[in-house]
Amino acid sequence: MIMQDFGSTVLTCTPSYSLYLAEVAAELGVDIKSFALRVGIMGAEPWSESIRAEIEDKLNIKAIDIYGLSEILGPGVAIECIEEQHGLHIWEDHFIAEIINPDTGEVLPAGEQGELVITTITKEGIPMIRYRTRDITRLITEPCRCGRTHRRLERMSGRTDDMLIIRGVNVFPSQIESVLMKIEGVEPHYQLIIDREENLDSLEVQVEVNEDTFSDAVKTLQDLASRIRKEIKELLGITCKVRLVEPKTIARSEGKAQRVIDQRVK
Amino acid sequence: MKVQQISVFIENIPGRLAEVTKVLGNAGVNIRALSLADTSDFGVLRLIVDKIDRAKEVLAEHQFTVTKTDVVAVEVPDRPLGLAGILQRLDAAGVTVEYLYAFVERMGENAVIIFRFDNVDEAVKVLQGAGIEILPGERIYNL
Ligand SMILES: [Zn+2]
Repeated sequence: MIMQDFGSTVLTCTPSYSLYLAEVAAELGVDIKSFALRVGIMGAEPWSESIRAEIEDKLNIKAIDIYGLSEILGPGVAIECIEEQHGLHIWEDHFIAEIINPDTGEVLPAGEQGELVITTITKEGIPMIRYRTRDITRLITEPCRCGRTHRRLERMSGRTDDMLIIRGVNVFPSQIESVLMKIEGVEPHYQLIIDREENLDSLEVQVEVNEDTFSDAVKTLQDLASRIRKEIKELLGITCKVRLVEPKTIARSEGKAQRVIDQRVK
Repeated sequence: MKVQQISVFIENIPGRLAEVTKVLGNAGVNIRALSLADTSDFGVLRLIVDKIDRAKEVLAEHQFTVTKTDVVAVEVPDRPLGLAGILQRLDAAGVTVEYLYAFVERMGENAVIIFRFDNVDEAVKVLQGAGIEILPGERIYNL
């Protein structure tokens, strides 16, 4: 393991990948806890305090949350300090952070929860002015124990749109819907089940079989499932499992259907 | 010369197969022959019944996805190579068998094999040309 050979002290990856590393190390009989690793800088997917505790325990490190978005500069817009591990200091000498009401666009008083809006001050290539991140958070204005005076963002609690982050990839349910709509006969009734299997995000797409897509030959049905899987992979670059289900089994609530079941956040 | 078969999509969850047979039973439909092809997620139940339209109707009422397919029933002599001979004929004529399943007649000595072909008409011609007896639908529905 390179980390072992070089005596790495910092690991930066997605939270789920760090747990995956810990698992592989255990399988290889390597004691990852004995590594020189001190800190894990983790982001690019939603994670919880219980995942943090698990990472810290399994890798014997301090895990801190980092925030960023590719439209600004990728990871590094805000990060937790190791002293407090609570709230991500946003570098206010480079960014102006505002919290707005996502429905009205009005700026909310400090401390209230809303959508994070970022203006870049020092970015020269593609400056952003009042860029709406769609991420929901709150500004923590109280001084931090670490002594830094940059205000902190509370851990992102969700999004104002229905974007999902699966294995670090941004996924909108509408993208999956567009794949299904392109395939003749397939019903627009689908459900996305997102879960965490062996510490990696998994996506299952459930699609209803109907008179048009049903066939008495099993192979035809399997071909349909693998075609959907391939097209999703082509569009989004993520592998998913496609499960064909009986008609009318996917709940249809009035108005907005429950399209997404995210079982990761627990 | 063809036999009508209905196929039902069944998710691999406990009780679904029982549900199909219950729905059919309550509607007074008798199952003559059946075969279940399954994968880890779902199965396709193929049935030959005495009242096909009634069966399709009640299953659709119970939200099952059902499709009708033409299959061919052949009586196979109960002796070694009985089936092999038939398959050789079909193979030589370039007819593809999608799947098949067999059952034994209650009274008879012979096995009945249900064939699903990609090209039913061509298959029937080949079988008839070879002097193989094809059972009419009525025989199977009223077994
Ligand atoms: Zn701090």
